[in-house]
Amino acid sequence: MRPHKIEERTLAFRIDLGGTRHCFPDLRSLLAAATPLRSGDALAGLAAQSAEARIAARLILADQPLDLFLSDPVVPYELDEVTRLICDTHDAAAFSGIRHLTVGAFREWLLDDRTGGAAIAAAARGITPEMAAAVSKLMRNQDLVAAARKISVVTRFRNTIGLPGRLSTRLQPNHPTDDPRGIAASVLDGLLLGSGDAVIGINPAGDDTGTIATLLHMLDEIRLGLKMPGQTCVLTHVTNTMDLIRQGAPVDLCFQSIAGTEDANRGFGISLALLDEAWDATLALGRGTLGDNVMYFETGQGSCLSSESHHEVDQQTLECRAYAVARRYRPLLVNSVVGFIGPEYLYDGKQILRAALEDHFCGKLLGLPMGLDICYTNHAEADQDDMDVIATVLGVAGVTFIMGVPGSDDVMLGYQSTSFHDALYLRDVLGLAPAPEFAEWLQTVGVTDTHGRLVRSDQALAAFGSLPLLGDLRA
Amino acid sequence: MSAPVERGLLARLRTETTARVALGRVGPAVPTSVALDFQLSHARARDAIRQELLRGQFVPEFPGRQVIELHSRAAAREAYLMRPDLGRRLDDAGRGALAGLNAELVVVLADGLSATATAAHGPPLARAIFERATGWRTGPPIVAHLARVALGDEIGELMGAQLVVMLIGERPGLSSVDSLGAYITWQPKIGRQDSERNCVSNIRPPHGLSIEQAASEIVRIAQEARLCRVTGVELPAALANLRRKLDGDGPAD
Repeated sequence: MRPHKIEERTLAFRIDLGGTRHCFPDLRSLLAAATPLRSGDALAGLAAQSAEARIAARLILADQPLDLFLSDPVVPYELDEVTRLICDTHDAAAFSGIRHLTVGAFREWLLDDRTGGAAIAAAARGITPEMAAAVSKLMRNQDLVAAARKISVVTRFRNTIGLPGRLSTRLQPNHPTDDPRGIAASVLDGLLLGSGDAVIGINPAGDDTGTIATLLHMLDEIRLGLKMPGQTCVLTHVTNTMDLIRQGAPVDLCFQSIAGTEDANRGFGISLALLDEAWDATLALGRGTLGDNVMYFETGQGSCLSSESHHEVDQQTLECRAYAVARRYRPLLVNSVVGFIGPEYLYDGKQILRAALEDHFCGKLLGLPMGLDICYTNHAEADQDDMDVIATVLGVAGVTFIMGVPGSDDVMLGYQSTSFHDALYLRDVLGLAPAPEFAEWLQTVGVTDTHGRLVRSDQALAAFGSLPLLGDLRA
Repeated sequence: MSAPVERGLLARLRTETTARVALGRVGPAVPTSVALDFQLSHARARDAIRQELLRGQFVPEFPGRQVIELHSRAAAREAYLMRPDLGRRLDDAGRGALAGLNAELVVVLADGLSATATAAHGPPLARAIFERATGWRTGPPIVAHLARVALGDEIGELMGAQLVVMLIGERPGLSSVDSLGAYITWQPKIGRQDSERNCVSNIRPPHGLSIEQAASEIVRIAQEARLCRVTGVELPAALANLRRKLDGDGPAD
């Protein structure tokens, strides 16, 4: 429903603290000022002017009714189709249980012992991205873990992703020149280490649909040859994927990078209408055996500012708005590529950790199967120790999936993500298992023993027999 | 420690890709040598990021030529990393240093995210470009500190240049810390978009493009840009249009 502007919209938000008056002219500047410090908001000139001003903004924000976010969108309804999507699909019935709450009380409701995951899930369609962003700004890291941990979002294509006690991985076998043999080598390496239940997903180096079709056929042959209960994807633009579907290439999932404003999405070459078309085309293939969650989205804080389409809104609120785009399409997988964008948006390990926990919590709160690409570039103030902490904390928070990159080193994209081994570590220390169908398959083919532990890779190789392009593995 | 068969697999997969495959496993972790090898690669990338070009470092590289040194508005490395906008503009001294200078083709050697790359490949590449750009009045080589790609726009504009070639250190990857990029911009001026530039990347002998290959490619693009009076995404269409016009098969639009 189109929002009716209320009178407060024109009034500044203000609070007096010990003789100092803190003023914020509108809701978007209040949200920005309340955000934990990060370099991207400072770059945009939106960060709080002082540490005290940041807390002043939180004090004001805590007292705002959730209702306010329905009447005062941070990006104008007339200007932006993402705002229209948020307003027009808001579920008033789902909202009715929490509509009486302020943002501060919403935090307490989420953390309350009496509020279970089912109650939160039931409210999801009544929660707007701006409400999710607002409450997250009042939450410490431990709150983001504790609340997210309650929520399970389960999706299905050829296996079941997101069940409690499970941790899935996207096997990411990228190669600098899209060489199929090189990619097959990384796929095999990952499968031998139990990776790939969320998806085997290649970022291609180029846009050539002929090359992409070759890769799709190769992945499909590997999947079918090994009778693997999972799905594959080449992460290219939706228009390429639609071309490939028309050509009859074996497309399991349709991928797209998305952002939180219409302008930023235009920068990605997409609109909601185009995503609708891509979703329909992929659904029509009917290739899922257990379910019809066919979309895979990637997001990341800072993408709107980097394309100068942020409408003076802080990067974390905009990230949540991308989740509103995602949830329209009931995706199988969504992940934030949290540390990829660089230090001008998230400066160091502390800022990347905070953003990772926000993205995971807000995504789950809005009903998404949220994974994280726990990663960093070489010009960020971060290293493997930071990634270990982020992965461990996200594992405790119940992250749906993480990446699996050979040795953490993506030789095509030039950044460091989590490795096959990192996922083994998380499963080991937190007692987590892959998706049930995939875990069973790993046992059947002999990669794991009856206790789910990895066996020696030479024994597993013998069980695999052969793989397209790599030939007889027992030789 | 690795079993013989695993070593066989390792050898085989390693020949198929430069990715870090078949690393072996101890419990859920990688063997010690693998962990330290990764740390060494990351340390080298970090050092490359922190490396700075020394003032006067390139003077001996260009005998008989004046070398101009400029700074962006970023005061230090941290500000440079956090505020890309500061790295895109010259400080006041830099603007002053360019007063009275004029050239058709300006070559800038910029540190970017890897001074290691600029130090290694910048001077020979600049010399090779000067040698090949025979139809152009080239100015003195410009050395830019704490620079982003777009700093070349302001430099070129102040020098009244037709074209600026920005040679700049690319963000170091884990296995390549010395990769240089060349960004070529027609009629440089403040506010040019990335879509208005051509890029020759991965200049990194002996693993990537050689100096000769890169210089030839850069000068070829420069000459095409001069003919079409444009660089960037519009250049291919402008070239095709020009060819049609020259061949006389059909009206040019």
